[in-house]
Formats: sequence, C-alpha cells, structure tokens
Amino acid sequence: MRYHEVIVVGGGLAGLRAAIAVNERNVSVAVLSKVHPLRSHTVAAQGGVNAPLGNHPRGHYDNWEKHAYDTIKGSDFLADQDAVIRMTREAAARILEMEHWGCPFSRTPEGKIAQRPFGGAGFPRTCYVADTTGHALLHTVYEQTVRFQQAAERKEMVLYPEWLITNLAVEGEECRGLVAMEMATGRLETFLAEAVIFATGGAGRLYGNSTNALINTGMGMAVPYWAGIPLKDMEFIQFHPTTLYGKNVLITEGARGEGGFLVNNKGERFLANYADSGKAMEVAPRDIISRNMTKEITEGRGFEGGYLHLDLRHLGREKILARLPGIREICLEFAGIDPIDEPIPVQPGQHYTMGGIDCTTECETRIKGFYAAGEAACVSVHGANRLGGNSLLETLVFGQIAGDRAAEYVQTKTQREQGKKALEETLARTEEKIKKTLNSTGKEHPSKIRDAMQDLMVKDVGIFRNGQGLKEASEGLRDLKERCRDIKINYKGRAWNQALVIALELEGSLDVAEAVVAGALAREESRGSHSRTDFSKRDDQNWLRHTLCFFTPEGPRLEYSEVRPGPFKIAERKY
Amino acid sequence: MGKITLDIERYDPDKKAQFFQSFQIPWEKRDMTVLEGLFYIQENMDDSLSFRTSCRSAVCGSCAMHINGQHRLACNTLFSVLKTNKVTIRPLAHLPVQKDLCVDMSPFWEKYEKTMPYLMPGSPPPEEERIQSEGQRAEIDVVIDCIQCACCYSSCPVTLTSKDYLGPAALLKIDRFLKDSRDEAKGKRLETADSPFGVWRCHNVYNCQRSCPKKLDPPRSIVNIKRGILGKELRP
Ligand SMILES: Cc1cc2nc3c(=O)[nH]c(=O)nc-3n(C[C@H](O)[C@H](O)[C@H](O)COP(=O)(O)OP(=O)(O)OC[C@H]3O[C@@H](n4cnc5c(N)ncnc54)[C@H](O)[C@@H]3O)c2cc1C
Ligand code: FES
Repeated sequence: MRYHEVIVVGGGLAGLRAAIAVNERNVSVAVLSKVHPLRSHTVAAQGGVNAPLGNHPRGHYDNWEKHAYDTIKGSDFLADQDAVIRMTREAAARILEMEHWGCPFSRTPEGKIAQRPFGGAGFPRTCYVADTTGHALLHTVYEQTVRFQQAAERKEMVLYPEWLITNLAVEGEECRGLVAMEMATGRLETFLAEAVIFATGGAGRLYGNSTNALINTGMGMAVPYWAGIPLKDMEFIQFHPTTLYGKNVLITEGARGEGGFLVNNKGERFLANYADSGKAMEVAPRDIISRNMTKEITEGRGFEGGYLHLDLRHLGREKILARLPGIREICLEFAGIDPIDEPIPVQPGQHYTMGGIDCTTECETRIKGFYAAGEAACVSVHGANRLGGNSLLETLVFGQIAGDRAAEYVQTKTQREQGKKALEETLARTEEKIKKTLNSTGKEHPSKIRDAMQDLMVKDVGIFRNGQGLKEASEGLRDLKERCRDIKINYKGRAWNQALVIALELEGSLDVAEAVVAGALAREESRGSHSRTDFSKRDDQNWLRHTLCFFTPEGPRLEYSEVRPGPFKIAERKY
Repeated sequence: MGKITLDIERYDPDKKAQFFQSFQIPWEKRDMTVLEGLFYIQENMDDSLSFRTSCRSAVCGSCAMHINGQHRLACNTLFSVLKTNKVTIRPLAHLPVQKDLCVDMSPFWEKYEKTMPYLMPGSPPPEEERIQSEGQRAEIDVVIDCIQCACCYSSCPVTLTSKDYLGPAALLKIDRFLKDSRDEAKGKRLETADSPFGVWRCHNVYNCQRSCPKKLDPPRSIVNIKRGILGKELRP
C-alpha cells in the first residue's frame, strides 16, 4: 500500500495544474495516469485558450463580463452563471501564469500574447501558440512539475505514469483512496490518500468518429459513477464541424478563424443559406455549423462518401505556413493533400464531452475528499455547448481550484490514514474481477464490442437524435453488455495485457454511454448540442435544468437540479 | 488491395523469450497506417501483441518504433509511403524492452530531467506577460515542437555506446531554453551541456535529424550550444 496526502488521477492539463496547486501548499501529492502525462489528450489541442486580455486591436474593450456572457450564451443558458463568472474572472491570471512559466505563446507586434477570433466570441480573445496550443501548454506545466519535483523545500510530488485506475475506495461518505494497475506488469496496488482529484478527461471514444485520443474511453468517469457520484448533463456531446474525412483528425477552428471557407459540392459557401449561421458564417458556433454541414450532406450537397470542403487556398501559402503549419502537416501526412493547393475534405466528428462528474464551483463532489476538474468534470461552465478555447481555460482554472481545495481539506483533517481495510477489500474485489476477465473463454475480442458501441453511438446518439433512435440505442447498449459476458482473451500474461485493459475499460464505457443515452432520451427539447428532431425547440419551462445520472446495477437513474441563474438574462441564442 | 506482411520483433517477459513473428494482414485502404495494421493484428490475430498509442495523430509521441530501417511514428506512417508490402518492425533501440514494442522509457526521461527543462527567468514575474518580440519568438519556433517520442534518441549511435550521453532530444531541450529571450540561466544550461556526457559526445552522424517525425534539427541545436560554450553565437 502506498500513501500520499493527495492523489491526482490524470496527467493532462487539469491534473498537472491541480498537482502543482496541491504541492504549492506543501502537501504531498502523486499523479497517476494511464499514459505518460505528455501523452495525455491535452497535447492534441490546437486552436487556443480564451482570456479577455485585450491584446488584439479589435479586442480593446473586451473584459471578463463579456467573456462570461459569450460563454453563457454559447452554453444555450444551461451553464451555471456563478461558475462561468468564476472562470472568466480568473482567466487572465491563469494565462499570464502560463506565460510566466515559459509557455511560448505567439506574439503581437508589441510583444504581447497574440489572440485570434474564435466561434461564438464577441472579441478575438483566444490566445494561441501557432496551432499547437495544447502541446505548448501541456509541455509547459509538465516542465513545472519537473521543477517542483526537483525542489527540495517542499513535500514530495511523485508521478506514476502508465497506471490504470480501476476502482475508488469509499467508506461511508468519504473517499479513502483507490486501486490501480501498473500496466507494464499488470500488478494491482492500493493507494491510500486523504483526498483524491479526478482529472481524467473526456469520453470521446464512446463514439467511432471522434477527434479524441484513443485513450479517452470514459473509464475515468465510470470509476466515480460506480462509487455513487452522479454524472451531470451527459447528453450534451459536442461535434466538431471540421475533422479530416475518414480519420477524424481535427482541423482546428483556427483554420476558419484565419479565414477558411466551408464549401459544398456546388462550390457554395452554404452557411450563408441558413438563418443561424448566415451572419457569422464560418465562425458561427460549432454546434450550429455541424448541424448545417450534416444537413448539406444528407440533402445531397456533400461529396461522395459524405464530406464537404474546407478551402484555405485563398489565404495564400505564406499565411498557411505561418499560422497553420500543423494543419498543413496533418493534411499531408494523413491524407496526402496540401491545403495550399487543394481544399481539405472534412466531416463533423465527436469532439467534446460537456457533461461529466457532478461537482460544485469549488470542484467538490458529494463524497468528502473527492474532487473533479477538467473535461471529466461538469462544474458546469459549458452547459449545452462549449465554446472553442474555453476548455483549456477550464482545465487551468478548475485544476488550480481543485488542487487548492483538496490541499486545504487535507491540512484541516484530523483523522488521517483511515480506510486501509476498505482499500484491501476493494483490491480483493478488483483482483477477482481481473482473474475472471482473463479466464473468460467466450467468442469475441472485447474490441469488437467496443466497435459496435461506437457505431451505435454515432448512428443513434449523434448530431441529430430522436426518441425512436435513442430507445434503440438504449436496447443496443444492453445487448452489448450481454455480449461482454462472452468475451475471449487468449493472452493470459499480466504484462502489458492490452486486451485485458480494453475489457476493463469497455465496462466503464458502456455504463457511461448508457448515461448519455438516458439523459438524451429524457430531455425532450433541443438545446445547444442536443438536437432532437422530435422536439426541435428549446423548452426553458421544463428543461432549464441539469440532468443528474446515478449508477444502479439495473441501469441509470435520473434526477434533476436547478441551473444557477445570475446577472445575465436568459434569451434566445442567435448569432 | 492485396496483403501486407509484418515481421515483428517480439519479447515475452514471462518466458524471457525474444523472437520474430510474421503476420499477413489485408491492406484495406489506401491511407492505412502502420498503427492500424498493429491494431488489426491485436484485434483479429494475436491479442498478446503490445504497443503504445494515444493520440493517433502524431502529437503525443507514444507510438515511436523502428519501421523498415528507420525510427518513425506508427500512427503517421502510411504503408503506401514505405513503398513495399513487407514491413519489419522492432521496438525503439537503445532502451530496455518491457514487452514487444513497449520499451522502458525511464533512461530517456531521466536525461530530459537532467537538463533543468523549465524556464528560469532572472526576475520575479511582472503583472502582465513578459514582453517577447515577434523576432525573439521566431528564434524558438524551431525548437518547441518536440514531442519526446525518442526516435532521435534511438537512432543515435552514441546513446548505444555511451550510457550517460544526454542524447539529441535532451540537448534540443537545452537549446530551447537557451534560445528563449525570457530565460536567464544560460550559464547553468551551457554547463550542463559542457559535461563529459553533453554536446562533445555527439559524433555528427545526423541520424537524429533524419528520423525526427517533427522535422526538428537537433544537430543544429548541438552546434548552437557548442558555439555558446565557446562564447560565440550561431548566426542563421
Ligand atoms: C483535437 C482536439 C483539439 C482541441 N483543441 C482545443 C482548443 O484549441 N482549445 C480548447 O480550449 N480546447 C481544445 N480541446 C479540448 C481540450 O483539449 C480538452 O478538453 C482538455 O485538454 C482536457 O484536459 P484534461 O486535463 O481535462 O484531460 P486530458 O488531457 O484528456 O487528460 C486526462 C488524463 O487522465 C488520465 N486518465 C484517464 N482515465 C484514467 C484512468 N482510468 N486511470 C488512469 N489515468 C486515467 C489520462 O492518462 C490523462 O493523463 C481540443 C480537443 C481535441 C480533441
Ligand atoms: S499515437 Fe500519438 S504520436 Fe502516434
């Protein structure tokens, strides 16, 4: 059994920022992650991170209130206003801190942090590092964790890369620690802690056409869900309009922010033909563009196979090379296309999980000593639709808050190192489950069931949804759970047993997918990313509220909670 | 579209057995990648095959391995680029193998950590950002994109013979901060690079440069550091 005062699960931007906050208060901390922190999904973020710095010539009158309003409007008024205000008020401080830590932001002619326009924002407020912002931010915080580890004046900070968390140990209403598997050896270990922070990222790989890293399976949400913490607003899944056709590698919104055109098979900039995107065109919010693209494709104005063109050619070689070099590289490497000479084939794809582990503005959950931050959490600042550039911001702001609160909690705690027995019991249960999984002698490799789940989610729980399809999805998921009883794993060794990992994570994915479907089926309205063709209007009377989904062995159970209002009036969402 | 033969060097830690195994897989589509080929094997032929992956878009650095004579990323290597349907895959060289294509990266990370890989400014932060001109920012443009995949490290003949040699990635990291106008620890950084296991060990083989999937140029950084040590700056 290992002991650290605080354990952070997740080595992405939220997790590492949280770990630094904990350690700054001289509390010992460990970061566990199923991949090396630098391999976390954050590293793939491209476009940028929002803060109302006002560095852009057109951004002079920007401030946190305007940033808050854009965010709340973007969320289709489902975000909690106090949470959004908290985030936008702290945005500038968090971004400047990253600059002070060495993040190589692109610069304005005055040498300040450069900012670009992004969808749904009234001013250019997206700070960027060319088109590799996530890479630069993640490497910068990771560098700082190395600095913290090398500093002798504080208690320790330890990294455990390539450990998969399988279960939480909860006693009464208190979190005692967790059980994790070292992937290189397959060995299970118990981790005792005074507080645990989950920063396990999104669940994009519930879907087949996702832009997310392959590791974003949703398991990180399933673990607390199993332990009794509800998942909030899971039905809100963002689809990004521009992913590379067939591969779903993201083509950043920055490409449209810099002036790229979306074009159908008639050569028209079709966004002009829709009321909700006619004015903002290519920089309208993502949900709107994704829906209009899907309509174009289904109505036969896409290219064969179901895609549209993102045309950058008019930007010219120079601008493409200077501002969008990563995008050009992606096109060359994965599709053999040079956007300087040819339009890019694009299709919408799953991109972001707005919902997540239910927590307060202080990142607390209903289990004492258990906190959540980043994409895995639902505070909620994104409501029914996240604005581009707000999620990297969320990871930094709430990562820090979660770390602060957890450290404070530990410092005031009198009874320490409790719950060893609960941990041992959790370990025994997990060990048994692993043995059983390894010994299964059924028919299928677990990846086949995962693929079926991903297809089902794209088909019935995608950009457009309806009651009939959602009911089918719900039954489909139940069938897939049945099929899980009949898997087969040939390799019985424990070292790097990836079939075992897929099987363990699949169980989590299916439960989280059920939460998405249950929320979507119940929510009989259309709001933000959730588009019901059978209930096409927003319905504030009945649905201006958060979905809370609880795990039960029989299936998800739903409750609802009020959206916290604030200074901004609820209005129609028009651009 | 025909078939591809993958010869994979494998290692089973339980039996301590190293061996080659050959798999024939269908070439399903024009833009099929080596990573997709490995998944095909794992999911349809042999679930004991192990390899690392995460982003599948060439930014996380997980999937580096030795493919037909060169260290590359499996996720952005199209079979079509290899121009043959016989493909030989080995784990990253010069690092201990844990299982199949998964190596123990800790020697690589230890060297990264030795370089003090974080900004060391000379003064406390101002209220706003530190000013860095576009020109100063352009200086670091060529050294910030490293994804720490270790392709360069494993291609370098010196990391094989000299266990403590920092290697190209770590030296590039030193140069990344040397070139940053905001960093004021030049002396310390040059000292680290001037050690017996620093820049002077480099034999100018240039394998690192050829194998970098991000097209970075560690030899150039090494030259820049040497000039720094000798008190001269490299002119562009
Ligand atoms: C392609 C792409 C581009 C994007 N671009 C932008 C952008 O320009 N601007 C913006 O604001 N946002 C962007 N986003 C969204 C943003 O990148 C993410 O929301 C954000 O990085 C999430 O960070 P995180 O720290 O919460 O999680 P992640 O970075 O996903 O990290 C999760 C961590 O949890 C660990 N983990 C998960 N489950 C377990 C488990 N069971 N056991 C152990 N460890 C576990 C993982 O190993 C990982 O270290 C983009 C997203 C995508 C897909
Ligand atoms: S999987 Fe991330 S670099 Fe290949």
